[in-house]
Amino acid sequence: MTLSSFLAQILNSLQYGLLLFLISSGLTLIFGVLGVINLAHGSLYMIGAYTAFVVARAVGSLWIALPVAMLGGILLGSLLERFLFRYFYKREHLDQVLLTFALILLFEEGRSLLVGNDFYSVPIPAALDFSIPIVEGFSYAAYRFVVIVCCLVLAAALFVWIERTKMGAIIRAAAERPEMVDALGIDPRRVHLTVFAVGTALALTAGALNAPLSSVYPNMGDNLLIISFVVVVIGGLGSVSGAFWSALLIGLIDTMGKAYAPKASGLAIYVLMAIVLLWRPNGLFGQRGT
Amino acid sequence: MGDPAATTPANALVLCTEGLSKSFGGLQATRDVSLSLHRNELHAVIGPNGAGKSTLVNLLAGEFTPSAGRILLEGRDITSLNVWQRTRAGVARSFQRTNIFLPLTVHENVRLAAQARTGTLASLLSRAANSRTLFEITDLAIERVGLTQSRLRPSGELSHGEQRQLEIAMTLATDPKVLLLDEPLAGMGQEEGERISALLKSLARDHAVLLIEHDMDFVFKVADVMTVLVEGAVLASGTPQSVRESAAVQAAYLGGHA
Amino acid sequence: MIEVPLRTTRLLPHTLLGRIGLVVLAAAITVLPWLVPSYYAELVTSAMIAAMLALSMQLLVGATGLVSLGHGAFYGLAAYVVYLISPENVALPIWITLPVAMLVAGAAACVVGLFSLRTTGFFFLMVTLAFGQMIFFVFHDTKLGGGTDGAYLTKPLISAFGATLDLPRKQKYLGTYYVALVQLVAMYLGLAMLLQTLFGRALEGIRVNEHRMRAIGFDTFKIKLIAFTLAGALAGAAGHMWALHRGFVNPEIVGWHQSAEALLMILLGGLGSLHGPILGALALTGLGEVAQLLTERKLLVEGLVILAVVILLPRGLAGLGSRNTSNGAGDRHG
Repeated sequence: MTLSSFLAQILNSLQYGLLLFLISSGLTLIFGVLGVINLAHGSLYMIGAYTAFVVARAVGSLWIALPVAMLGGILLGSLLERFLFRYFYKREHLDQVLLTFALILLFEEGRSLLVGNDFYSVPIPAALDFSIPIVEGFSYAAYRFVVIVCCLVLAAALFVWIERTKMGAIIRAAAERPEMVDALGIDPRRVHLTVFAVGTALALTAGALNAPLSSVYPNMGDNLLIISFVVVVIGGLGSVSGAFWSALLIGLIDTMGKAYAPKASGLAIYVLMAIVLLWRPNGLFGQRGT
Repeated sequence: MGDPAATTPANALVLCTEGLSKSFGGLQATRDVSLSLHRNELHAVIGPNGAGKSTLVNLLAGEFTPSAGRILLEGRDITSLNVWQRTRAGVARSFQRTNIFLPLTVHENVRLAAQARTGTLASLLSRAANSRTLFEITDLAIERVGLTQSRLRPSGELSHGEQRQLEIAMTLATDPKVLLLDEPLAGMGQEEGERISALLKSLARDHAVLLIEHDMDFVFKVADVMTVLVEGAVLASGTPQSVRESAAVQAAYLGGHA
Repeated sequence: MIEVPLRTTRLLPHTLLGRIGLVVLAAAITVLPWLVPSYYAELVTSAMIAAMLALSMQLLVGATGLVSLGHGAFYGLAAYVVYLISPENVALPIWITLPVAMLVAGAAACVVGLFSLRTTGFFFLMVTLAFGQMIFFVFHDTKLGGGTDGAYLTKPLISAFGATLDLPRKQKYLGTYYVALVQLVAMYLGLAMLLQTLFGRALEGIRVNEHRMRAIGFDTFKIKLIAFTLAGALAGAAGHMWALHRGFVNPEIVGWHQSAEALLMILLGGLGSLHGPILGALALTGLGEVAQLLTERKLLVEGLVILAVVILLPRGLAGLGSRNTSNGAGDRHG
C-alpha cells in the first residue's frame, strides 16, 4: 500500500460517501416526513444516470444533462407524489412495498423500451478530462473533484434549507413527530409534495453526476438502494445529518474494504449495520422509534 | 388466585419503590418517589395533570426504565425486568387509553391474557380448542368484572365502560399480585362508575391495587391509602383522612374546597 | 361455562364450500399432468414452488403481521445448499438434501431474526432487506456457488426406504411434480394445524396488538423469532424444491425481488387466508406466462397488474368477495 494509492482511496470514499448521501437523504426524508417506504428510489438514481447518458449523447454535453436531470427530478417527483404516493400515506407497509416494487418494474421496462439493455459509458466532459497533481507521483481525476464539489454544494444547500427555513423547521418537526405537519400552518400537502420532489431530484442528480464514473446499465440502482437503506438504518430514520455522517462512514468502509480486503468488503457494511442495531436499534442518530 | 393468604399476613408488603426517579432529557417527570403497596389494600395515586402519575405507572410496569431508584416485589429487585417479565412476576397493568385486541371477542381477549403463562413449547403443542384450564381462568376473570353476558361479543362492539371492564379482566387473567389501574374510570358515566367502584373494592380484597385517578370524590370514597404527587414528587401520603387534612395538600392542590 | 364457539383462526377457510373448493383444487392438480403436455405440468410445478414460498411468507405477513423483504434469501440459500452439498455427478437422496436445506435456511433465518426482530415497521423492512442482500452478495460476489453465472447441480434422487423412484428421462418431470404437490399440501396442513394451537393464537395477538401482548406477559420477541425461523425453514423447503425442479442455481433466486413477488402473491390472494397465497401464486404464474406469450414483456405486464391491484383492490383479489375487515390492526406499530 503506497501513500498515493491510499490518498486516492480516501478521496474515492469521500466521493462515494457524498453520492450515497444525495441518495439516502431523499430516502430518509421521505420515510421520516411522508411515512412512505420508497423501494423505487434506486430506480430514480438509474433514471438520472440514463437521463445524463441520453442528453449527453444528444447534445454532446454533460453540462446540460445535469440541470436537465435535476429539473426532471423535480417534475417527476411532483408527478409521482401528486398522482400516486399521496394516496398511500395511510396505507399498510405491504401496499407501499408493492406500489414501489411495481414502479421499479415499470421504470426498468421503460428504460429497456427507450434505451435498450446494453451497457453504455458516458464520456467525461473534455474540459475536465485530466488529472490534478496532488503530491509528487499522485494525481487525481479532475472530474471526481467536480463530483465531490457538486455533492458538497448540494448537501450544503440541503442543510441550509432544512436548518434555516420555515419549511425546513416543519420538515424537522415532522420527521420526529409526523402529526406535527398538520399543526404548523403550512398546507401539509405542499410539504409532502416538496419533500418528495426534492428527494427525487437529489436521486436523479446523483445518478447523472456519477454516470461518467459508473457507466449506465440495467438495474444499476438496485445495489445503491440497498446500501442507502443501510445508510438510513445506521443514520436513524428521518435524520438528514445522521444520513450524512453514516453515508460518509459507509463510503469509507466500502471503498477501503474493496481496495484492501476485497473478499470481506461485501459483508463489512452489513456487519456494521448488525452491530449498530444491537447497540442502538433506532440508529446512531435516530431520535424516534419506528 | 395468588399465594394462599395463610402463608403471609393479610396486609403484607407486596411492592415498594425506593427513590424512584425518571427524567426525559432535561425534564424530571418522577422525583425520588418511595411508596409501598400492601396486600388487600387500595392505594390511590392522585395529582394534577402532568404530576407524573402516568410516568409512575409506566415505571412500575416496566415500560420505562428509571433513571434512579429501585422497585421491589416481595423483596425481590425487579427494576431490570422488562414489561412481560414484570407481568409474569405478578405486576399487571391496565391502560388509560383502552388497549385491547379489537377484532377479538371478549372471551378471546381474556383468554390470550390467561395464555401468556403457558410455555412457548407447550403452546406449540396444545390446540387452542382443547385448553380447558384456560377457559376456566378466562370465564372466572370475565365473571369477576361482570361481563359474562357479553363474553362472545367482539370487543370492538362493547360500550366504552365495558371495554374498561374488559381491560381489568385481562389484567386479572394474568394472575397478578399487584394491579396497576391507570384511570379505569376515564370517560365513564355515573352508573358505570358505581359498578367499577364496587369492582375495585372487591379486587382490593385479594390483591394489592394501585389506582391512578383524577376524580377526587371517587378516590376519597374507595381508597385505603393515598399518595399525592405534585411535579413528580410525593407531596403527602397516608390515609384519606390524613391527606385531606394535610396543610400542604390543602395549599397546593385541593384549594381548600375538599 | 364451556360452550364457547371457538372460531378457527381467521386464516383458515370458514365455510364447507371453501374446504371443498380446496380439495377440488388439489384433485385437479393431481390429475392435471395426465391431461396436458409436459410443458404445462412443469409450469404448474413452478407455480407450486412459488406457492410454497408465498405460503411460508404468509406465516409472517398474514399470521404475525411481519412484512419481511429478506424472506426470499432463505429460499435461494436453500437452493444453493442443495448445490453445495451435492457431489459432482452423484445424486443425493432427497431425504438428506431436504432436511439439510431446511435446517440451513432455518438457522440463517434465526440469526437474521435475532437482529432484525429488534426493530419494527420500516426498520424491519429495511433490515430484513439488507440482510437478505447480504446473503445475495455472498453468492453473487464469491466463487462459492459459481458466481454471477450460477451453476448446474445434480438433482437429488427421489427415494424413500431404500426404494428409488427411477423414472425414464421423459417422465422425470412427473416425479418433481408430485413431490412438489405433496410438500405443498403438507405445508398447508401443517400451517393450518399450527395456527390452531395456542401458539397460533399468540401470533394473532401479536399481529393485532403487539404492545398489549407484552403487557399481558408474552415474550413477543421469542414468539416472533420462532415464527421467523420456522418461516425461513419452510422457505428453505421451497428453495430445495426449486433446485430439484430446475437443476440450476443463480444469484437471482436469492435476490429481494423474490420476496417482493411472494408478497405480491399474498396480496393477490388476500392477506386474510392461508389458501390465498396458493391461489395468488397460481394466478401470478399464469399471468406471467400469458404476458410472456403476448407481449414478451413480462415485467411490464406484472408491474401494471401490481399497480392496478394496489390502487383498485387494496384488500387483494380475495377482497372482491365480502371478506370481513381487520381494521383493528391499527396500532400494530405503536
